[in-house]
Amino acid sequence: MEFALSEEQRLLQDSVRRFLEQNSPLDKVRLAAGNTHTVQRSLWAGASELGIPGMLIPEDFGGMGLGFLDAAIVYEMFGRYVAPLPFLGTAVMAPLALMLAGSEAQQEKWLPKIAAGEIIAGVAVTESIGVREGAGVKAGKGTLTGKALFVVDWAEADLYIVADSDHGFHLVLPDAKGLSRRALDTIDKTRSVGELVFDQVSAEPLPRSSADAVARVIDAGRVMLAADTLGAGQMMIEKAVAYAGERKQFGRVIGSFQAVKHLCAEMAAALEPSRSLVWYAAHALDEVPGDARLMACHAKSHLSEVGRFVARTATEVHGGMGFTDLLGLHYWFKRIGFDRQLLGGPELVRLEAAHLQGWAA
Amino acid sequence: MDLAYSPKYEAFREEVRAFLTKYKSQAPKGLGAAGRPSPEACSWQQLLIQHGYAARTIPKDYGGYGAKPDILESRIIAEEFSAARVPSALQNQGISMLVPTLLELGTEEQKKKWVKPTLRGEVVWCQGYSEPGSGSDLASLQTRATVDGDDFVINGQKIWTSTAHEADMIFCLVRTEPDKPKHEGISYLIFSMKTPGIEVRPLTTMTGHAEFNEVFFTDVRVPKTQIVGQRGQGWFVANATLKHERGMLGDPAAMETRFQALVDLMHEETVDGQRAIDNPIFRDRLVRLQAELAAMKFNGLRLLTSASKGEDPGLARLIVKLQSCELTHQISALAIDVMGELGVLYDDSPYLRSHGSWQWGYMFQLGLIIGGGTAQIQKNIISERGLGMPREPKLAK
Ligand SMILES: Cc1cc2nc3c(=O)[nH]c(=O)nc-3n(C[C@H](O)[C@H](O)[C@H](O)COP(=O)(O)OP(=O)(O)OC[C@H]3O[C@@H](n4cnc5c(N)ncnc54)[C@H](O)[C@@H]3O)c2cc1C
Ligand SMILES: Cc1cc2nc3c(=O)[nH]c(=O)nc-3n(C[C@H](O)[C@H](O)[C@H](O)COP(=O)(O)OP(=O)(O)OC[C@H]3O[C@@H](n4cnc5c(N)ncnc54)[C@H](O)[C@@H]3O)c2cc1C
Repeated sequence: MEFALSEEQRLLQDSVRRFLEQNSPLDKVRLAAGNTHTVQRSLWAGASELGIPGMLIPEDFGGMGLGFLDAAIVYEMFGRYVAPLPFLGTAVMAPLALMLAGSEAQQEKWLPKIAAGEIIAGVAVTESIGVREGAGVKAGKGTLTGKALFVVDWAEADLYIVADSDHGFHLVLPDAKGLSRRALDTIDKTRSVGELVFDQVSAEPLPRSSADAVARVIDAGRVMLAADTLGAGQMMIEKAVAYAGERKQFGRVIGSFQAVKHLCAEMAAALEPSRSLVWYAAHALDEVPGDARLMACHAKSHLSEVGRFVARTATEVHGGMGFTDLLGLHYWFKRIGFDRQLLGGPELVRLEAAHLQGWAA
Repeated sequence: MDLAYSPKYEAFREEVRAFLTKYKSQAPKGLGAAGRPSPEACSWQQLLIQHGYAARTIPKDYGGYGAKPDILESRIIAEEFSAARVPSALQNQGISMLVPTLLELGTEEQKKKWVKPTLRGEVVWCQGYSEPGSGSDLASLQTRATVDGDDFVINGQKIWTSTAHEADMIFCLVRTEPDKPKHEGISYLIFSMKTPGIEVRPLTTMTGHAEFNEVFFTDVRVPKTQIVGQRGQGWFVANATLKHERGMLGDPAAMETRFQALVDLMHEETVDGQRAIDNPIFRDRLVRLQAELAAMKFNGLRLLTSASKGEDPGLARLIVKLQSCELTHQISALAIDVMGELGVLYDDSPYLRSHGSWQWGYMFQLGLIIGGGTAQIQKNIISERGLGMPREPKLAK
């Protein structure tokens, strides 16, 4: 019985921490945020040297064959440094879809390229969770028609994995005839999402697609978003505590005012147990199939709530400074806000959790 | 991350199960959280000690079972007893607070005399710390003990003393050195509640029950040998106990039991023929609590692992009292809301659900938020010790 990160996992997390600290400091993030829909090639190349795009991909396909907990602690670091990188779609959801539903030929063709960091893979699953704006994709014979919103890692993708309204995954190339693409600008400038509109676009189905496979890709995405919020929230607390230790008003550091201390304590008290929930949810994806779906829902919805509280509270502790662009604190605030809504906001996810337990008709 | 137990532990689990199968029928219905255990509860406790399922790691010489501390074994025992719905070892202030303190800081004679009967449920203790003027600021306590020959002579008052009306003994903080700084003038005494000069007056709480008491001391004579630790060291002795008390609170298994009862309730209660579980607002609140509970449960597993490796889990431990007391209270709050008007029924009213246990719990658990270090004091501790924020500036005297 050991509920903890392994030594290797701590080393992995430390190496990602160091990599991002050195290569993606705030001024770089600011530059990247001015070009949301451009992939940060050199940063991604550095991440690829660490094996990050292929971390979940089996070694046979050039990946590292690691597990979801490894991916979660890496994405936690991405959240911590608001890293402007296409991890969620390219390194997690797309390879998982290919591994679960792709043919051998498809896997052989695409997984090594993803693992090497050579290609970006966007993922369209939003409508499998909830349809807005009349979106949704219908599959015909080798073609797709309809619209997909909030496609993850939309920018400069070399390949899209698209879920249709019938639990089928499809491969779509960005230059396919009849495909039109529009960027969606969100509050979070560190990650790109967009829209795909399909008019009889030729697409290659993933032959082993199933409702379960779609659900699993979404579960994994949700756990990663929870981990991202965990890392971003942790950083916001650290920044708030540090700021409160320096800023003086009324002749004292504001961190000596109990009102401020208690805000910080409340943030820590809410976030600290969430860490264990994220760990378990990620672990369950690999090791405890019976718990995986429910725990993905819990991790996603709970971190959304805790994240919102931490994001607004840490901002408040910074006073007017927190509200400005000067400290860049808003990048974390927005990252957490984005994580909350993507792949299902908490109310929606809790309804799913209720369904899973037979608590909702 | 490895949530499986090794074969050695699985074998141990089988032993526990075999014990439970064999002896389950002898178990009393419930042990009660506090107060004097029934004779059945005492014999059950003694059977548990004999087999190593209570007082497991306390040396045999002092009436325990004498096993090497192994946190995973303790966890397995707790899991199996809870799964079998069999009452586990007695938990009271004597066992969870006094015994560890005596073992750490008591004299050989004190250990020999008091540990065994306390463990066996034969001697019941109360904790005499809080005073009318000294709650959160415990170190300001004013109950005086002066030396007269071989005795301390105690005058003063304690308050909120749980089980004082049933207790045989009290472990009590008194001021012996009034001229020293407040933390250095306190001593920790243990004495009989039958000592002349002690008066116990029950205090009725908001639940309507007398769950604790005021205790008055008038010229109470206690032999000097009944001090634990040195004179003036009582604050540090008491902190050893408070450390144990904090560990006592926030038991995820107990919260899970309450949560399951809430789920059952929500499947039974209806308004206009609609079950509460089918009401989207109640259901959303339920799932939200379930996620929080999951987080606390896994936080508990994380603490277990750090404890087994002798690591300090830091924040993960400091937040437990605050978060679990609040969560427990929220579980009761949802149950009350689900029952609506039925949720304010009390006493022996018609239509009362579960003997009013949710109503009682909703009130009692507020006491747990306050007792043993209030939520605000917890936040002070989290921010100062956990986050390294500045301590409160001291007021000029
Ligand atoms: C949208 C916006 C518009 C503004 N417009 C103007 C304007 O037009 N003109 C202008 O002059 N100013 C303006 N301000 C400044 C505003 O008045 C200050 O931001 C505000 O008074 C807080 O001061 P501060 O930012 O220095 O934060 P600080 O005073 O440094 O506070 C930081 C944190 O410490 C807490 N804190 C500070 N002192 C205590 C205490 N004694 N007890 C407990 N907690 C404490 C605060 O609550 C806060 O959480 C504006 C600010 C904003 C956000
Ligand atoms: C159910 C229950 C059982 C108990 N059993 C026992 C027992 O067996 N033996 C025993 O000795 N005691 C017992 N107590 C007493 C308990 O330890 C005290 O109630 C507790 O320490 C708080 O002290 P107080 O009641 O004097 O409140 P106060 O200390 O007066 O606190 C009142 C309010 O002020 C706040 N406050 C106080 N100081 C600070 C500060 N520095 N910063 C911010 N806020 C502050 C508190 O958080 C609280 O909200 C029990 C209490 C309860 C509720």
